Amino acid sequence: MSELYRRFGGGLGTVFLALVGVWLAGMVLAPNVMMIDYALRPNLPPSQIGGPNDVYSLDNILYLANEGVHRAIFFKTVWASALVAFVTFLVCYPMAFWLAQHATVNQTAVVLLALTIPFWINEVLRTLAWYILLAFRGPLNAFLLSLGIIDEPVRWYGDGGVLAGMTYAYILFMLFPIYNAIESLDKSQIEAARDLGASTWRIHWRVVIPHAKAGIATGCVFTFMLAAGSYVAPALLGAPGSRWFTEIIYNWFFEGGDWNRGAAYALVLLVLCLAVVLVTLRIARVSLTEVAK
Amino acid sequence: MSAADRIARALFGFYMVAFFLYLFAPLAIMGIATFNTTRFPTVTPWRGTTLQWFDALWSDGGMWQSLWTSFFVAFFVVITVLPIGTAAALVLTSLHARARSFMYAVMVSPLLTPGVVIGIATLVLWRQLGVGGGVFLIVVAQASFIICYVMLMITARLQRFDPTQEEAALGLGASKFMVFRRVLLPFLKPALIAAGFLAVLQSIENYNTTLFVRGFDTPLTVYIATKVRTGLTPAVNALALIMIAITVFGAIAYEIARRRGAARMATD
Repeated sequence: MSELYRRFGGGLGTVFLALVGVWLAGMVLAPNVMMIDYALRPNLPPSQIGGPNDVYSLDNILYLANEGVHRAIFFKTVWASALVAFVTFLVCYPMAFWLAQHATVNQTAVVLLALTIPFWINEVLRTLAWYILLAFRGPLNAFLLSLGIIDEPVRWYGDGGVLAGMTYAYILFMLFPIYNAIESLDKSQIEAARDLGASTWRIHWRVVIPHAKAGIATGCVFTFMLAAGSYVAPALLGAPGSRWFTEIIYNWFFEGGDWNRGAAYALVLLVLCLAVVLVTLRIARVSLTEVAK
Repeated sequence: MSAADRIARALFGFYMVAFFLYLFAPLAIMGIATFNTTRFPTVTPWRGTTLQWFDALWSDGGMWQSLWTSFFVAFFVVITVLPIGTAAALVLTSLHARARSFMYAVMVSPLLTPGVVIGIATLVLWRQLGVGGGVFLIVVAQASFIICYVMLMITARLQRFDPTQEEAALGLGASKFMVFRRVLLPFLKPALIAAGFLAVLQSIENYNTTLFVRGFDTPLTVYIATKVRTGLTPAVNALALIMIAITVFGAIAYEIARRRGAARMATD
């Protein structure tokens, strides 16, 4: 603090501190505290608010634990998000490795630029592209039918569609951290391993992946968090049988009219994501400073 | 070359083709479907080539209204996040090691929070204060996490700042305010422009947070997602195609500028 005032003087220093205070206290802390408050209170008609029934309890969270359908959707969202992260990793790793270790400077520049093109247009349009591609009478079915791979159209909307659309949406969040991590690996280490007789598979498993651990953990953590908190992909590419936890939360707010229960569900989602982020980073021994590069 | 190497090479070639097909085929199909006369956007069957959907887009009042709402929001997001993000970066870099890593964790926490949760938390706080969803809450909710990006970009730039510049200006009699205005801010200008650009993109593309705090206002992403429910036509594809075209031209221009820059560096 004193360093701030020494550098900028009393006036400017105070302005900076006030701006940061408005942000962290007013836009980050207070909303989350209020969400916890909502989550712990019952949903009452206006006349009873502040009355004898308006007491803190865990009822809203216990409701989630006891309601079979919602609980199943919650756990499904957790493992499906983990699956999205894993599949995105498999899709991105070879490309990240090639870009970081084999491509020329110009190749890398062109590919990285090409990769960002789908990401300048927004997530809704990216998902819409998959919505069109996977339609029952859409291009993918027509293509597969014409090749004779399938005999009748496949209903892609559902778990498969959501997985494809989400993986697509989060490629960049996985690829860049892994690319950055592998780029710092000295080529001579790979050559040394090869000279000592290691197979390609073993080189990746024992040299490249351990080196890129921080980048892989970062990519997986972000992808998991984005997938678990996604609304548009399950809403467009899902089917009634593949509902996502965020859709349940949305319904509590805008269809069920029970904001308290919706806030409780959102709180559970937040705790889940923070727990996954912090535990994964601890296991991979990555500090938060390295995550947001 | 051994047989195993040839197989590995073929597999890698297949992977590269599949990767780029996965990346661009959905966008290509979405773009091409703009020119098909079918009411639902698709390329199979091809019923006839038309430009009618550009006309449909042009006369879609709701779309223009939503685009205007998105720009309006983005403008206020930018003028909110640039000062706060810069202040956050300056406060952060003036802290000592321990306090700095704690503060850093606090300041990046919105990036690790799911977007829907940010929207919900903002919504319930402001309802308590008597303010409902709408453009104002969209700006507040979006700004709360876009500030993080600005903070990170300004912090990165500050790490290359030479403090002797400040000392020299002070030694020559400049006030602390003048040093900030004439030395530090000009130094930060490239990062501020980049951060402002990123903030606009983040704001316009946001859906998860916006959905919860929008009230009765409809920004572009919400409008497009609603179209899927209420009747999607290739007019939306026309919009997507225009956005893709702008992006591709932007990307090509950037790459040309980069190569020219690199060539100039090499000749110097």
